Amino acid sequence: MAPSDIHRSIEAVWRIESARLIAALARRVRDVGRAEELAQDALVAALEQWPQTGIPNNPGAWLMATAKHRAIDQLRHRSLTERKHQQIGYELERQQAAFDLESDLDDDIGDDLLRLMFTACHPVLAPETRVALTLRLLGGLSTEEIARAFLVPEPTMAQRIVRAKRTLSQAQVPFEIPQGEQLSGRLASVLQVIYLVFNEGYAATAGEDWARPALCEDALRLGRILAELAPNEPEVHGLVALMEIQASRLRARTDTAGNPVLLLDQNRARWDQLLVHRGLAALERAARLNGARPPAFARFAIAPGPYVLQAEIAACHARALTAAETDWQRIAALYAALAVLTPSPIIELNRAVAVGMATGPAAGLEIVDQLVAESSLRDYHLLPTVRANLLEKLGRYQEALTELERAAGLTTNVREQQLLRGRIDEIVGQLTSRGG
Amino acid sequence: MRFMMIMIPKGYEQAKPGTVPDAKAVEAMMKYNEALQKAGVLLALDGLHPPSMGARVSFAGGKPTVTDGPFAETKEVVGGYWMIQVKSKEEAVQWAMRCPGGDNEVIEVRQVQELADFPPDVQKAAGKFEEIKASTR
Repeated sequence: MAPSDIHRSIEAVWRIESARLIAALARRVRDVGRAEELAQDALVAALEQWPQTGIPNNPGAWLMATAKHRAIDQLRHRSLTERKHQQIGYELERQQAAFDLESDLDDDIGDDLLRLMFTACHPVLAPETRVALTLRLLGGLSTEEIARAFLVPEPTMAQRIVRAKRTLSQAQVPFEIPQGEQLSGRLASVLQVIYLVFNEGYAATAGEDWARPALCEDALRLGRILAELAPNEPEVHGLVALMEIQASRLRARTDTAGNPVLLLDQNRARWDQLLVHRGLAALERAARLNGARPPAFARFAIAPGPYVLQAEIAACHARALTAAETDWQRIAALYAALAVLTPSPIIELNRAVAVGMATGPAAGLEIVDQLVAESSLRDYHLLPTVRANLLEKLGRYQEALTELERAAGLTTNVREQQLLRGRIDEIVGQLTSRGG
Repeated sequence: MRFMMIMIPKGYEQAKPGTVPDAKAVEAMMKYNEALQKAGVLLALDGLHPPSMGARVSFAGGKPTVTDGPFAETKEVVGGYWMIQVKSKEEAVQWAMRCPGGDNEVIEVRQVQELADFPPDVQKAAGKFEEIKASTR
């Protein structure tokens, strides 16, 4: 095998094995940062040795054994230099026992992976740091890849990750699955992190790309892993359903020139039916867990959470064979339910769009106008975009133009600016041809 | 990127109608399928009945001709497939290597074509293909 080929193969092994390796090590050394460093050391050893020896038959076990030797060497070394023989000697024994007890990766390490996910998404870390750490520890991404994905210089991202590991260590965050009342809040944090990754891929907030599909794929992979680790949590399946259905539209969201195409204008034949199908299946899984039964038993059902509701909305679009067949009444009702659960002006804005479609532009505009006063939306480009759309439908073209100009000035995404400029030209063109 | 791992079991080309793998082989394969699912890479999978239950349609001379299976001249036939989502061909190959395959089995790893892989004129011609794909579901 050529050197570059074996290098790519080692990268592939790392992508498959790293999360399991780090998770298994973290339980043994009880420090996620140290576990990650040990795993990295094993990777470096593999990069040195495998080009000569070839990739071993069980690369995961090789990496684990190498990391284990390294861990024990380090402890021995510390006991010599720090002269705390007794304490470190005890620690050495404990770790050796922990390693010997289960020396390979074949045992079910699902719980360790789940612990690793909860730790990487711990609230002691800032949300953006949780995202970076999750991609690094569970997604198998290199610091360089994460930095590139988030348009941050590599040293900045490296620092962020180092600091995150230090924070976890100093805060003595236990390597465990939260129990009881804590669980739902902590799970919400994990779901939020995965959805943040997805959204950064789906709707790049800055730069020239309209989307970065690789990040969507990373988020989907994390979501699918979580769905098998925590199969009884309806919201996990809700998130997976939401991501699968949204990802199904990725290739329809741009035309051949790379320009964005909005949902209702998309060629639905280009939606990825395999992902739609997977999304609807995940939603059914969530519904079953929520106890969805025939209407007579509806009072026993658990109210769906925010991800299930959002996935239901996405599913309404996925099920409609043409844009005209969209069930806007249902979408408006789902947004209303979502607004009760997680009140936010953005959800209200989306509800306005749905009401505008279901009942008429005037009803939609009424909701939007109440939001104009909302200070948190002052710089949000979609508010004037939505308002412009409703105004246009009501024949108030001049006001619509003012709103589109404002929207174009607010967004930093180049592709989105182009889309807005295109709409402005369209309306101006119509007005000119009409002579007014 | 998407890859199809195509299972080619030697001998399957002559298997009798209704031939299915034995329980032990299925058990080992289920463990592998589970590993793919738990790793978040598995999109779809299916096993196929032997060719003796199928048929071939050939188009020599511009005219469709049907031949019922098994097909005497065929040395390799598909037994089933996995559709996986991974980052590289190497990752797909690494997954294929983890399969508990038997002595007689071969896995062929093939990347799924995306519309973006084609030049614009082919993309335009292929646009219809996706519509057909969607409407057949």
